[in-house]
Amino acid sequence: MVAVRIEELQKVFGAFQALNGLNLTVEEGAVFGFLGPNGAGKTTTIRILTGLAYASSGHTWVIGKEVPANGQEIARYIGYLPEEPAFYPWMTPREFLDYVGRVFGLTATERSSRIKELLALAGLEEAAKRRIGGFSRGMRQRLALAQALLNRPEVLFLDEPASALDPEGRKEVLNFIESLRGQCTVFMSTHILADVERVCDTIGIINRGKLVIADSRESLLSKYAIPAFEVEVDAQTENGIITWCNALQQESWVKSALLQGLVARIVVSDVELAKRELLASITQAGLILARYEIVRPSLEDIFLQLVNQEEKQQ
Amino acid sequence: MSLFVAFRKEWMELIRTYRLLIVAIVLVFFGLTSPLLAKFTPEIITLIPGGAEISKVIPTPTVWDAVAQYVKNMAQFGIILALLLTMGAVALEKDKGTAAMILVKPMPRGAFLGAKFLALASMFAICLIAAGLACYYYTLLLFEAMDIVRWLWLNALLFLYVMVYVALTLFCSSLTKSQAAAGGVALGLMVVLGLVGAIPGLGNYLPGEMIAWGTRIMQGDTSTSWTALGISLGLILVSLLAAWLVFKKQEL
Repeated sequence: MVAVRIEELQKVFGAFQALNGLNLTVEEGAVFGFLGPNGAGKTTTIRILTGLAYASSGHTWVIGKEVPANGQEIARYIGYLPEEPAFYPWMTPREFLDYVGRVFGLTATERSSRIKELLALAGLEEAAKRRIGGFSRGMRQRLALAQALLNRPEVLFLDEPASALDPEGRKEVLNFIESLRGQCTVFMSTHILADVERVCDTIGIINRGKLVIADSRESLLSKYAIPAFEVEVDAQTENGIITWCNALQQESWVKSALLQGLVARIVVSDVELAKRELLASITQAGLILARYEIVRPSLEDIFLQLVNQEEKQQ
Repeated sequence: MSLFVAFRKEWMELIRTYRLLIVAIVLVFFGLTSPLLAKFTPEIITLIPGGAEISKVIPTPTVWDAVAQYVKNMAQFGIILALLLTMGAVALEKDKGTAAMILVKPMPRGAFLGAKFLALASMFAICLIAAGLACYYYTLLLFEAMDIVRWLWLNALLFLYVMVYVALTLFCSSLTKSQAAAGGVALGLMVVLGLVGAIPGLGNYLPGEMIAWGTRIMQGDTSTSWTALGISLGLILVSLLAAWLVFKKQEL
């Protein structure tokens, strides 16, 4: 089943076209990473999906219901963490979560247990009776995540969820998002590629208000795989690798072989043939192998490649 | 249900941010001092150089002076407080992002707005009752007892008068994200109402007439201003409706 569907979405702010015919589908249960450079339209898309902004044209559906026509109904099933969460500074986190619980119509018993659970999850038990006005940005971000989860949403919209956190907090939040896999659909926008690579199983790249690509993480990584190998040898065979590298360049299946210290990067024309031939040639050359790997492209490589392609086409 | 949840939060906010206390202190202070000032003004004047001669021409203060002082103070400070406490009600929440945090949840925008008006109305009602009681008690001590029913009528009309400005300012607050801009527009509307009220004949149909009617009731005058009352109620309803229509279409 589809959790989020976007068709030909356009959003214009004066002369600026924030979204330019965006089409996207996110399957139920996915942890979807919505990637794009600043100003690509990520936040605008989330704001339209959550009913906080209106599309200039096009259609959007969340859990099968069209936005914004069914806004109040959809609101019961979604959670939202904005990029810069805001709270009433005079409230305590417990009071804020209680207020949110009341908005969702939870009973006093449900609120009490859910608040306890979420305060523990957000690591705010000790600060439960302190005014939010005195909270650090990280504490506010954790509280924002807690309030977004209070109604056990079917779709959780996260706008840059870890950008304000320190490394430890970021790790905790990402682990938590990962743990939501299968429980709800996560629609997470971020510009931090490492976060997406770590937790998302599906990725969409947006640029200038248009979807560049959307696919599973594994499919993207294999589709844009670089046909290259890296071979690192032990320092004892330093001289041997130079000779081996020079000899390798004569092979028909090798496009280039570059040596940097003890590491050789070999770009090949036939990956399958290279897999068979490389190890054999290393053994023949008597090299002591320290590391041998097929180079995996990082999401950053793919992102830059796609966005640059898009920019050139424009 | 949503209205009650939102009202509960608004009421908590009025208490926690000391707004309720401030309004109560200001209105009760002027409620208490109105009969005091009316009673002792001639004596205060005798204390200034040449004041003794002036005080001779000042008529002996009566209960009507206390009432007039009270009405003037409540109307003036009621408007000022209505403006100051309402101008940021919606604008600030939009600007800071709290409106988006809450309205992305199943909280209808009408309930969000309505709760703000109801909370402010409750606050002004409570504070006016306290101020009215304080004034009534001091007037009783310094002058004589007033007719309680007439006194209640006067205060009800004062309340309605203040509510017109609360509703108008709430509408202005829903228009913009800037508290200052909302206050400026509201002030502009108040000036316009004041100028229109100065046109002979027209003033009898505007909210300001509530004050004059209340004073007449206290003096035992039986003439009524139902049209002005209807227009005031209409202004409140139209302002709230307009605020809702504007706010429900706004992007947050």
